[in-house]
Amino acid sequence: MSTVFEQRAADVADPDAGLSPAELAAKYGLTISGRRPSLAEYTRQVWQRRFFIGAYATAKLMVQYSSSKLGQVWQVLTPLLNAAVYYLIFDLLLHVSKGIPDYIPYLCTGVFVFQFTQAAVLSGTRSISDNLGLIRALHFPRASLPIAFTVNQLQQLIVSMGVLGVIVLVSGLPVTMNWLLMIPVLLLQSTFNAGLAMFMARIGAKTSDMAQLMPFIIRTWMYLSGVFWAVNSVTAKLPHWAGTLIEANPALIYIELMRYSLMDSVPASSLPHHVWIMAAAWAVIGGFGGYVFFWKAEEEYGRG
Amino acid sequence: MDDQEMMDSVLEPEGPPPPPTEKIPTVIVDNMHIVYKVYGAGAGKGSATSALSRIVRRKSSPALTEVHAVKGISFTAYKGEAVGLIGSNGSGKSTTLAAIAGLLPPAQGAVYTDGQPALLGVNAALMNDLTGERNVVLGCLAMGMTYAEVREKYQDIVDFSGINDKGDFISLPMRTYSSGMGARLRFAISAARSHDVLMIDEALSTGDMAFRKRSEERIRELRKEAGTVFLVSHSNSTIRETCNRTIWLEHGLIRADGPTEDVVKEYEDWTNKK
Repeated sequence: MSTVFEQRAADVADPDAGLSPAELAAKYGLTISGRRPSLAEYTRQVWQRRFFIGAYATAKLMVQYSSSKLGQVWQVLTPLLNAAVYYLIFDLLLHVSKGIPDYIPYLCTGVFVFQFTQAAVLSGTRSISDNLGLIRALHFPRASLPIAFTVNQLQQLIVSMGVLGVIVLVSGLPVTMNWLLMIPVLLLQSTFNAGLAMFMARIGAKTSDMAQLMPFIIRTWMYLSGVFWAVNSVTAKLPHWAGTLIEANPALIYIELMRYSLMDSVPASSLPHHVWIMAAAWAVIGGFGGYVFFWKAEEEYGRG
Repeated sequence: MDDQEMMDSVLEPEGPPPPPTEKIPTVIVDNMHIVYKVYGAGAGKGSATSALSRIVRRKSSPALTEVHAVKGISFTAYKGEAVGLIGSNGSGKSTTLAAIAGLLPPAQGAVYTDGQPALLGVNAALMNDLTGERNVVLGCLAMGMTYAEVREKYQDIVDFSGINDKGDFISLPMRTYSSGMGARLRFAISAARSHDVLMIDEALSTGDMAFRKRSEERIRELRKEAGTVFLVSHSNSTIRETCNRTIWLEHGLIRADGPTEDVVKEYEDWTNKK
């Protein structure tokens, strides 16, 4: 039997004799295993996985409440209960609502829109560590995971927006052409959230402590985002630079824009300056920046 | 003599197919060293105050231990080969596969591959809360298939895995599966696409006899589609049935590399002596 092996070795030696392993690899077009593809190639791979992203997001939506008896009813109940809790505390107990017309739709819009971004941060942070099995079993561009989670959260938000629409109508506010503005607002916020989720995914994959820290950061962010009160009542008392800084908060911008498009009682004059430019800029900077930041460490996810 | 052997292995239905005639390398491992960094081992103080003082002084954790799992191995695998990796527990077999898949960076040396190698291990979980059915669809989509391709392959995958042999298990969540069933479905999904390099870590040993036969058959097909298959197994008979070449690793070094029959025999003699 050993003659077979020796003969095989001789065959191999023939055409490629004297080549170093690196030269041999170059001759047959082999590449270093696990090397990160170029940004253009990576984008092509992510685009090729668009069906996976959509199917994974929908599958997650389907199983989310599958172990509870009420099942999909929770899709609607969870946002309603959330709004009820904040209403109880901030309107009935603390009377924050003074000076804000139509406080219930105002509060619900803030809660739902902020939760969209909050979910992006939280699930983004865990998107690599929670899916190590999948990452190690199959090869696909890892950015598909945080993007799929963002799509999943957008689907949930659309359910919440349905609930919100009913709340707005019950409050006696009219349906206006401004409702159409919801679509660009949602698109811009989704792009921003996807980038944020990818940014947090890389950080969370490296630093497991982040998952413990995030709830505190998120809570601080929520109180700064004008979910419960009108931020312009606070910024008026602050120096100009501090007010500008608070008004540049992307969560605040998307919340204010959503209120403006849904609620007739929120005038355009109450919006921060250059609000649409800011909303678009955050989407571009957040979305693209997060994507590039995530791609830079692509070859390192799932290692260890 | 050589011709006779070729004839034998072609006529012999159970034996591995003959080694390929054309030598096109698909995996080149060049003096590869793998070092694991393990946190939390060794004699470090684990208390919160000591962790805090480490952060303040910007010192790395004293509990960091380095494990030199693979100590400089080199080999070249060719198109159409099935390479078995054998050796006792902790000899570096699974680590070598993970490094070829690009999941572990070599501390020294390099690994060159043709395309993206697919690594299939028993521990690789898919999405446990989802049904087997959805796992098949999602797994195929994640590998880059389109919906049309998934529809085409779906029934083959389910049949191959044998999940539905004992009732309609495919519509149950994967967490309800036995470990063998889960491993079978994962193997079936991964094997649905022809990979240039497919690496299998003990996956076959969890399946029952019928599934083992089917997967050995599938490995043979994958090799015919000009792929290279790596197989880590503690079952010498599986290695003999599927692999035409075997590498024996011990303590992170190659102890023998050659035709399966010779290497496995040497390994068996060595284990019997111990």
